[in-house]
Amino acid sequence: MAKILIPTPLRQFAGGNDAVEVSGATVGEILDQLTTTHPDLRKNLFNDEGKLRSFVNVYLNDEDIRYLSKTATAAKDSDTISIVPSIAGGR
Amino acid sequence: MLPQLTNEEVLRYSRHLILSEVGVEGQQKLKAAKVLCIGTGGLGAPLGMYLAAAGIGTIGLVDFDVVDRTNLQRQIIHGTKDIGRKKIDSATETILDINPNVNVIKHEVAITSENAMDIIKDYDIVVDGTDNFPTRYLVNDACMLAGKPNVYGSIFRFEGQSTVFTAPGGPCYRCLYPEPPPPGLVPSCAEGGVLGILPGLIGVVQATEVVKLILGKGDTLVGRLMLYDALNMRFRELKLRRNPDCPADGSCSVIKELIDYQQFCGIPHQSPEPIAAMPDKEIDPVEVKTLIDQKADFVLIDVREPHEYQIAQIPTAKLIPLGDLPKRLSELDPGADYVLHCKGGVRSAKGCDVLRGAGFQKVRNMKGGILAWSDKVDPSVPKY
Repeated sequence: MAKILIPTPLRQFAGGNDAVEVSGATVGEILDQLTTTHPDLRKNLFNDEGKLRSFVNVYLNDEDIRYLSKTATAAKDSDTISIVPSIAGGR
Repeated sequence: MLPQLTNEEVLRYSRHLILSEVGVEGQQKLKAAKVLCIGTGGLGAPLGMYLAAAGIGTIGLVDFDVVDRTNLQRQIIHGTKDIGRKKIDSATETILDINPNVNVIKHEVAITSENAMDIIKDYDIVVDGTDNFPTRYLVNDACMLAGKPNVYGSIFRFEGQSTVFTAPGGPCYRCLYPEPPPPGLVPSCAEGGVLGILPGLIGVVQATEVVKLILGKGDTLVGRLMLYDALNMRFRELKLRRNPDCPADGSCSVIKELIDYQQFCGIPHQSPEPIAAMPDKEIDPVEVKTLIDQKADFVLIDVREPHEYQIAQIPTAKLIPLGDLPKRLSELDPGADYVLHCKGGVRSAKGCDVLRGAGFQKVRNMKGGILAWSDKVDPSVPKY
């Protein structure tokens, strides 16, 4: 099962977890599984057309999936998937 | 021609001068450098102090805010004696106390599409210590157009991000996040809270990158996004690539000119006309107090989080955190009369929408939240 790291702003939608183990052959399948288990995450990750929102980046290990095969990117059990949303705080 | 160091400066910077990576020439480069710090808040505070101590010759500060007590938990460039002063004055005083050799240039304005190019034109490096999406896109685009590196840091609760944008040929903020989140989805530090030490660490990472860029030494964060999780004490880094559609000459395929960043971020412009009062949707805290005293038949719901309820509460309020409201509607009678409150009135307005969306008819938002309650009704309730 691949490990998904959940960032602080989204933990409230993932049962408070900072990491979740999910099975799936591709990043897309893993995200589907994740948002099935935690339905509140879905609207934060995907738009109405089911596409990943543009202010949420998903990385397979250290690589942005936009530069791999997007949600079709194959994932192994040893992989870590990071969800990295845009944050703006500074004051 | 690099500026000479005085004997006082040689002594002051001796621990730099004996580093071969800095040396006299490196210290002279720092003295010649002009760095613009946008914001003198959480990130800007440690950044400004360390850049001053390191011997940056010219530091520009952009800020128009005033120091308040809630800033002091993290904005260490300001002290308790500075409450009520302009941040730009307080920050300048601290910087000159650390190092009177620094030439501080004050820009006491909000950076806008109209003034950004003019403000940044005289600087070598820009450091983004702002706190909102419109300004971050503005700073990015202005740096891209002006061809200046933008040393980026941002923070949220226990997490921080840092990188260097718009270095020659490198990626920019829009390569990382092409679009901002819709307003209200990502809470600000004021709404979401922030560990006071966190901006210290991220601001110091930014200061380190500034110094490395000036010295031309080491491996900077260009093309890498550093992530820091204070709660688990973990640093990670991710690859950051330039938008492949951007031409090889370093120009950007997206940014041609500065735009309306409020609009880009979906934030409506403030109407010059006062917004008409909505007596059926809002209620003043004083009226809520009257209703409570009259034992009127209504339900007061506090939509804040339980740990906020611990800080301050209105005794008759029922606590239902905003996130729990949709699944706890069954506890509520849709025919009853409701007033919702939170800290400042933003979350409770969302809560009112939730109830109205579920068919509740009589739902009002308490204006100004528990902060206004403390001001207008019961000053013994602490503000936070």
